[in-house]
Amino acid sequence: MTSISEDSDKEKVRSVSVDLNNDASLVIDIPDALCERDKVKFTIHIKTTLSSFQKSEFSVPRQHEDFIWLHDTIVETEEYAGLIIPPAPPKPDFEGPREKMHKLGEGESSMTKEEYAKMKQELEAEYLAVFKKTVQVHEVFLQRLSSHPMFRKDRNFQIFLEYDQDLTVRRKNAKEMFGGFFKNMVKSADEVLISGVKEVDEFFEQEKIFLLDYSSKIKDATAKAEKMTRSHKNVADDYNHISGAMNSIAADNNTAFKKTISVCVLQKLEDRVASDQELKLTELLRYYTRDIQAAKDLLYRRARALADYENSNKTLDKARLKGKDIAQAEENQKQCLRKFDKLSESGKKELTSFKARRVVAFRKNLIEMTELEIKHAKNSMSLLQGSIEILNSN
Amino acid sequence: MVISCNLGIVFIYFLQSKPITPTSAPDEGDIFSEEGSYIRSDVHHATNGLHSDEELDLFTGISLHRCTMTRNEWELNCMMENIMHSIFVFKIAWQAETDHLKMLYHIMVKCYLSHQHTSVQSLEATVELTLTNTTSQGRREIIGPTASACNTTHVPNSILKPSIVTKTMEELEEEESGDQFELNIAVTNPEKIGDGMNAYMSYKVSTQTTLPMFLNKTFSVRRRFSDFLGLYEKISAKHSLLGCIIPPPPQKSVVGMTKVKVGKEDSSSAEFVEKRRAALERYLQRVVAHPSLLQDPDVREFLERDELPRAVNTQALSGPGLLKMINRASDAVNKMTIKMNESDNWFESKLQEVENEEQLLRRLHAAVDSLVNHRKELCLNTAVLRKSVAMLGSVEENSALSRALSQLAEVEDKMEQLHQQQAFSDFFILAELLADYVRLLGAVRCCFEQRMKVWQRLQEAQSTLQKKREAEAKLLWANKPEKLQQAKDDINEWESKVSQYERDFERVTCTVRKEVLRFEKEKARDFKQHIVKYLESLLHTQHRLVKCWEAFLPEAKAIA
Repeated sequence: MTSISEDSDKEKVRSVSVDLNNDASLVIDIPDALCERDKVKFTIHIKTTLSSFQKSEFSVPRQHEDFIWLHDTIVETEEYAGLIIPPAPPKPDFEGPREKMHKLGEGESSMTKEEYAKMKQELEAEYLAVFKKTVQVHEVFLQRLSSHPMFRKDRNFQIFLEYDQDLTVRRKNAKEMFGGFFKNMVKSADEVLISGVKEVDEFFEQEKIFLLDYSSKIKDATAKAEKMTRSHKNVADDYNHISGAMNSIAADNNTAFKKTISVCVLQKLEDRVASDQELKLTELLRYYTRDIQAAKDLLYRRARALADYENSNKTLDKARLKGKDIAQAEENQKQCLRKFDKLSESGKKELTSFKARRVVAFRKNLIEMTELEIKHAKNSMSLLQGSIEILNSN
Repeated sequence: MVISCNLGIVFIYFLQSKPITPTSAPDEGDIFSEEGSYIRSDVHHATNGLHSDEELDLFTGISLHRCTMTRNEWELNCMMENIMHSIFVFKIAWQAETDHLKMLYHIMVKCYLSHQHTSVQSLEATVELTLTNTTSQGRREIIGPTASACNTTHVPNSILKPSIVTKTMEELEEEESGDQFELNIAVTNPEKIGDGMNAYMSYKVSTQTTLPMFLNKTFSVRRRFSDFLGLYEKISAKHSLLGCIIPPPPQKSVVGMTKVKVGKEDSSSAEFVEKRRAALERYLQRVVAHPSLLQDPDVREFLERDELPRAVNTQALSGPGLLKMINRASDAVNKMTIKMNESDNWFESKLQEVENEEQLLRRLHAAVDSLVNHRKELCLNTAVLRKSVAMLGSVEENSALSRALSQLAEVEDKMEQLHQQQAFSDFFILAELLADYVRLLGAVRCCFEQRMKVWQRLQEAQSTLQKKREAEAKLLWANKPEKLQQAKDDINEWESKVSQYERDFERVTCTVRKEVLRFEKEKARDFKQHIVKYLESLLHTQHRLVKCWEAFLPEAKAIA
């Protein structure tokens, strides 16, 4: 069981999206989280001045599944069809560190005590990093909801924040899950069909092309970035082994001892570089992959609405031809048109702000990543210089 | 002559009685600082406790050689001058630092060098030197010079010393006056000669030297891999019996060579050739760094002669090759059965140390190997990421962001190159060093085994002698005078053999000890040098990294 507490690092950790807590009327953050076996319990802390809430400051425990429920209900709400719905946070994945911990336990006999202790420390740090990441992602999800003028008024959102008992009753059971899965499949088939629909609006046409292309590229980039940071971690691990082996030699040979120190330090730095890169670049890419998907969803909904509208037009024409059900068809058509217009309008707004948001986020992250790389490289340079001087003067 | 002898005595007396302090002199092989760990603080004039074996040899050498030199009038003058000067200097610098002594040494050494090839057959030992193996730590002490120094007391052991002393002096000479006599070897220009399965790589071996024993100052020859192996065989056959540590050559690689032969012009075969070239260069440099091996005519021939006869018995599947394998197997069995009665703890603990270190180095080597592999992997992944980011940048509609992303791709490209170079230096500086030393430690172990074999021979001879004596006793008892003479002859023969073997053993023990010390010193120096080089390469990489990212930063900031 691990728990984290608020620390100044969190400011840096909360790096993917721009600061969303600038509206004081509803401030949400996740100061604490507990990890039990497979489940992670988040403690959500809310501070609000809105009258719709009973208390002005309170905390509530939630699990990952509750977040998913909230996301799904929002998606299913018709009203929000014209909005980009913040992507659901991914399930907390401790597989990586857990597997390594397992391997470490197996290989314990073949390593020296110091090496084992050090590897254990490294693994714990990695575990902690994964932990921090998942907390951050959940936090950002909530913050996006709270900062959006429409979502923050959502009833379900309020329930999520306030309901002081377990939300288990509201979660999907197996049947609903299956139904959801089926719906997704239908949706993707639909998407293909609808992408053939002729687009009237230039803006949306461009957006569609852009988003489709971009999403595939960003998915690719994310995968590659993940692979790269993994190899970087391997290199750092190797340095750990090397320093362990050198430690054993250090006993008799004086020079070797100094070697150990410098190599140990190097390993620390390599590790840090790896985890920083991981955090910045990969997380950025990962997050935006999901976000792009949400934007695509919006387009899809709009396209669906357009298709509906066109269908209703056809129905109306047919009804006019046949001479019956005209009123109904007209009503239907009007409704579709209204829906479509609403979607188009809000869609445009959302997509424009999405673009701006994306550019800003990229900028922030790239700058931070670069600065961190420079800092670490300079650190390791000074360390190396120090070690070389020590060795030379010996 | 008497004057010089007396001066010599005085000289030695002065030098011996100075308490030697360890200084942090650079690793020039300064004899006074190098053996710092052996220094005893309780130096006593009367006992003339010398502080290290190296010093002992040196002093012995000086005295012995000076004796021969003093026969030559010209040399006498020169020597006298120098000694007078030295002593004068020394008297003034009685309490001074080691540097003065070093200076003194330079003078002595330079003098000696001019008579390098003087043979030391006949000794007129003007100083009585007795070498005894006394203390349990195996240290030797000189029982000091006596006033009646003009007796030419023939000390048996000291006869054995000259050749070894010669080596010591030369070693000193090479280290101290390093710039005066040097030998640089480079192995370059690998070229593929021939075609198909009979093809081979020929390497250019260039030597640059100021040593007088070579015909030219710079020269080069072309050699192939089997030539190197042949050299090793020859050296090994001659010197390993004396207990020298012989640097092992790089290993054969059927897979690597076949690829080269077949003519695959890809990076892995180029890498293989480069690896082998570097290994051969290091091998030769180690061979010539060893003072007695350098003197070997085979080595000289290898470096100088234009055409070497093809060394055929280095092939694995040849007759001699198989014979070697059989010998090695029998050796291994022998090793397990011999239990040496070690009178000298130093050897036992040293052997243990060597074995432990070999284990540890193996482990370290495995770790460095995996580092190299992972870094190569990192390199590949960075390249792939670069392409991906570039594509992303091209799709991006915001122009500033697009530009930044393509710049990011450039940065990743440079990183890839950096990683590539780093992997390269990881390998060649660190991994190869470790692999070399694992093999060298194996050679050190062989050296110890040689000593054991000599001991075993001595034991066998002694037991044979015992048997002969028993036989003689039996004959005496049985009263058979005809056979008695035979028995007596036998006994004499074996007695001389035993004493010969005893001397051999002493000599081998002494050589092994010295070799091990020299090896350790060299190892420490080698490691330090390489580690520093490696750290410098890392530093360089980090420096370039900083530059890359600093160039990118304004681009990132320019995103609007």
